[in-house]
Amino acid sequence: MTFRLGARDEARLAGEEGPGQQFAMRLVSRAAEAMGAKALLDVVGAHVDACLYLGPATLDFAERLAGAGAQVTVPTTLNVSSLDLIHPELYRGDPDDGRAARRLMECYEEMGCRPTWTCTPYQAGERPAFGENVAWAESNAIVFANSVLGARTHRYGDFIDICCAVTGRAPAAGLHLDEARRATVLVHLDGVSDELVNRDVLYPVLGGLLGRMVGKEVPVLEGLPSGLSEDRLKALGAAAASTGAVGLFHVVGSTPEAPTLEAALQGRRPDSVLSVTPADLRSARDRLSTVAAGALDVVSLGTPHYSVEEFARLVELLDSRRVHDGVVLYAATSREVLNEVSLRGWEAILLTAGVRIVTDTCTYVTPIIDVAARTAMTDSAKWAYYAPGNLGLEVVFGSTEDCVESAVAGQIVRDERIWSDE
Amino acid sequence: MSDHDPLTRAEHSMVPGGAVGEVLRLDEPLSFWGGLDPATGRIIDRHHPQVGESVTGRVIAMPFGRGSSSASSALCEAVRAGTGPAAILMGEFDEIVALGAIAADEVYGVLVPVLVLPEGGFDRLPTGQRVRIGIDGTVYSN
Repeated sequence: MTFRLGARDEARLAGEEGPGQQFAMRLVSRAAEAMGAKALLDVVGAHVDACLYLGPATLDFAERLAGAGAQVTVPTTLNVSSLDLIHPELYRGDPDDGRAARRLMECYEEMGCRPTWTCTPYQAGERPAFGENVAWAESNAIVFANSVLGARTHRYGDFIDICCAVTGRAPAAGLHLDEARRATVLVHLDGVSDELVNRDVLYPVLGGLLGRMVGKEVPVLEGLPSGLSEDRLKALGAAAASTGAVGLFHVVGSTPEAPTLEAALQGRRPDSVLSVTPADLRSARDRLSTVAAGALDVVSLGTPHYSVEEFARLVELLDSRRVHDGVVLYAATSREVLNEVSLRGWEAILLTAGVRIVTDTCTYVTPIIDVAARTAMTDSAKWAYYAPGNLGLEVVFGSTEDCVESAVAGQIVRDERIWSDE
Repeated sequence: MSDHDPLTRAEHSMVPGGAVGEVLRLDEPLSFWGGLDPATGRIIDRHHPQVGESVTGRVIAMPFGRGSSSASSALCEAVRAGTGPAAILMGEFDEIVALGAIAADEVYGVLVPVLVLPEGGFDRLPTGQRVRIGIDGTVYSN
């Protein structure tokens, strides 16, 4: 191999800094060889996804690492777990699984990670600077860090995330490198109405379409308003990273590596050029639903975790009305955002309206929703993509407005007008 | 050495190692998380054309992986449960899949090689064919 470790990396691999560092370094160096990296680089932070309990293997791995005395050496945040420690009564799963999930969370805390339990660390105070190398897992967080913050992380998964956090090192490969950040696919919006581009609901739908169109390429989008909000970019990225393997996208005039189209393309020509029409968007929106009308049991908001601004919108849309007795509306968020929501007096308003706030986890990764529920509505393309398989539910996708109106009415209500050709 | 001619040779061994098994060629990428039941080793993604097929002990060939960071854990869990594949042959680099195999090797001592095949490599690996993978990444009929 042409792969070379630094002197300190070699020392760690030889066990000179203890068995925890040795185990973590062995995994990072094997990952680097798998990725074809020539060297390792320093990271200034990490975001770990391996804290979600997915069976005994996740716990065996964490206990091995924690048991070897591994400690993180860079600031490290934790992704969602399987439990809501603030609202433990929400968990309906097997008690043994619940205990194993709790033990898994403790392992990561013992290793020095911050108990943030959120998929949106970037809206809970953890924002790496432009150009900084980090090791982040969780597909929506990865795509946000790269695209919106201009920080650099490759698409890390479980296990490598914590090993990078322990060693402070990551393979010098993939999206850490300039070349891999060049937009390869130019995507134009073709004839999409101003009304639609100014609606929040466009962005998860466009993201879902984009992921299927580009797979793991780096797209650049042209033809959207400049200065798109973080929440729109978050929804777009989360969807594109679910339906495809997108780890970085550029939007001309909105993301930091795309002040101009030429900058995003690094002065070269795109490898391919694609267009998105209103008909493409309508069909992408339809693909996010398994039903279109009828009775409703659950509404799930907050995938990725809701921001303060998204809660402000929810409070405004509810407008002092109550959720229908036949519907349970969940809104998931981080502890940091919930604290802010509470300070603004909105938590009490939401609870009075019948909203159930979820922290630390998400309704599609752990048993929270009643197994008797048959149909759920969401404003998240990511939730719509995973929930039918994970939870065996029928799912209908709608705008946040549609979700609130449906929750209040007790049945599916959707504004079809903006999706028509006129 | 084998008596047989090589069918194809890996362009890159993400996780090097030898294996023997029957090929299961997947017509669409599979997400191990949500798409594979680690208790049975069967594909449970209702939208996947090969739903119901077992990956256990087979050499699975797929063009690329899909989405989630949790795919590493899901593969590792299948290996722990003894339902994992014998090897994984891919059309492009997928470090999330490779990491699941590396973790399973480190924790359970079970090696599932993960290889990247050159263009056209898949066409020489029809479902049902028994193959042997050499430590250098060469794939032979067996």
